[in-house]
Amino acid sequence: MAQSKDTVRRTLVVALLLSVAFSVIVSTAAVSLRPLQQANEQLSIRSNMLAAAGMLTPGATDDEVRAAFDEFEVLLVEMGTGEIVGPERVNAPSAADFDDRRAARNPELSRSLDNDPAGINRQVKFAKAYVLRDGDSIERIVLPVHGYGLWSTMYGFLALEGDANTVIGLGFYEHAETPGLGGEIDNPRWRAQWPGKKVYEDEDKTEPRLRVVQGGGPSEYHDVDGLSGATLTSRGVSNMVKFWLGGQGYAPFLEKVRQGDI
Amino acid sequence: MADLKAKEVLFGPIFNDNPIALQILGVCSALAVTTSLSVTLVMCASVIAVLCASNVSISLIRTQIPSSIRIIVQMTIIASLVIVVDQLLKAYAYEMSKQLSVFVGLIITNCIIMGRAEGFAMQHGPGMSFLDGLGNGFGYSIVLLFVAAFRELFGSGALMGVQIMPLVNEGGWYNPNGLMLLPPSAFFLIGFFIWGLRVWKTDQIEDNEFKMSAHKTREAF
Repeated sequence: MAQSKDTVRRTLVVALLLSVAFSVIVSTAAVSLRPLQQANEQLSIRSNMLAAAGMLTPGATDDEVRAAFDEFEVLLVEMGTGEIVGPERVNAPSAADFDDRRAARNPELSRSLDNDPAGINRQVKFAKAYVLRDGDSIERIVLPVHGYGLWSTMYGFLALEGDANTVIGLGFYEHAETPGLGGEIDNPRWRAQWPGKKVYEDEDKTEPRLRVVQGGGPSEYHDVDGLSGATLTSRGVSNMVKFWLGGQGYAPFLEKVRQGDI
Repeated sequence: MADLKAKEVLFGPIFNDNPIALQILGVCSALAVTTSLSVTLVMCASVIAVLCASNVSISLIRTQIPSSIRIIVQMTIIASLVIVVDQLLKAYAYEMSKQLSVFVGLIITNCIIMGRAEGFAMQHGPGMSFLDGLGNGFGYSIVLLFVAAFRELFGSGALMGVQIMPLVNEGGWYNPNGLMLLPPSAFFLIGFFIWGLRVWKTDQIEDNEFKMSAHKTREAF
């Protein structure tokens, strides 16, 4: 027995059969579970978006999340100019189907950044903005944002009120910051500082003044207290907000919102 | 080999021959996934599932595996099972799988699984191998749960996400121990666990590897 199973032929046969058998098992699992996994991922991102917009009731069912999300209108915004473009510009069937994270790796839909405070290397040329209308006026605006923290790129949503200046909330759906330190960006108590802050000063609406400062800054309207033990993560959040709400990001779009052009 | 008792195979690894505390295997994941109890529970369940399934499948084909490629055969089986578990978690426990992130994938490199495949399943039948997988999985879990309970309680004042000691920064009285949230604290806790275990089970104490000789040099003072 011990002799016969060590022949070259036997070795090759066993190796081949085993590879075939287990590749079938692995690919079956991966393919058959993919739809469920994608639905989970999408739902998780959407509930995070609603949470940032202050519209997620605790214990909401999946259907409630979908219904609340569907109230939002998805716009495609050209970065730097604030123009609204149609989904054909990004080769997507609709604005909601546009995968902005994949687009950031596509040279046609993104550009590399010279001035890159958020540490994201490439920025999409067109980004999504979620808008909730109440009749003619805009009630809430949710902007997808991302930036580099200490270890990881943090992906999240920043929600603003219809005045395109007052923060409703900030939430992250994906990051890999240190649990207990930088990971506290998910802490509800820290996030509770954001609502009510103002992004811009009254006179100058081009440069965002909203920032995260260790120990809290002098301005009660613009300064959010940083997380202790997580200076670099806090700085990352601050740079991310500065970048996405600045001239390279959504500032021109928000200006149009204030003008009532959207 | 046939005189192996099922009870010993199943319960032996829990305290008498614990994979972490006595064999010192699989410590890496014990450091990584023990910051909160609920995450640890999912990790333990995943490890038990992979361990049992890999032990059984390796045991079933143990007479067919050529010895020259046995390690890579075991790795293939273990890696496939881990991928399946990872996919299942992503489909049915999405939030959990996000918290466990890469550590489910790293079960592949968990020394316990490879160790049991090579050390037990290659010589024993599928029934016994299953029990051995279960026993070692429980042995692993008991240490992880011990570590996680301490780390979550003293690091974030909670157990299973339920706040037990209200934290200072949330208006309570408990100032959390930041060290408990960092991986090194698991080393201390595993050390204490092993210490406690060896006080109880004195036969696990290892003999000294050397004997200290008497101090002979005359000091200057």
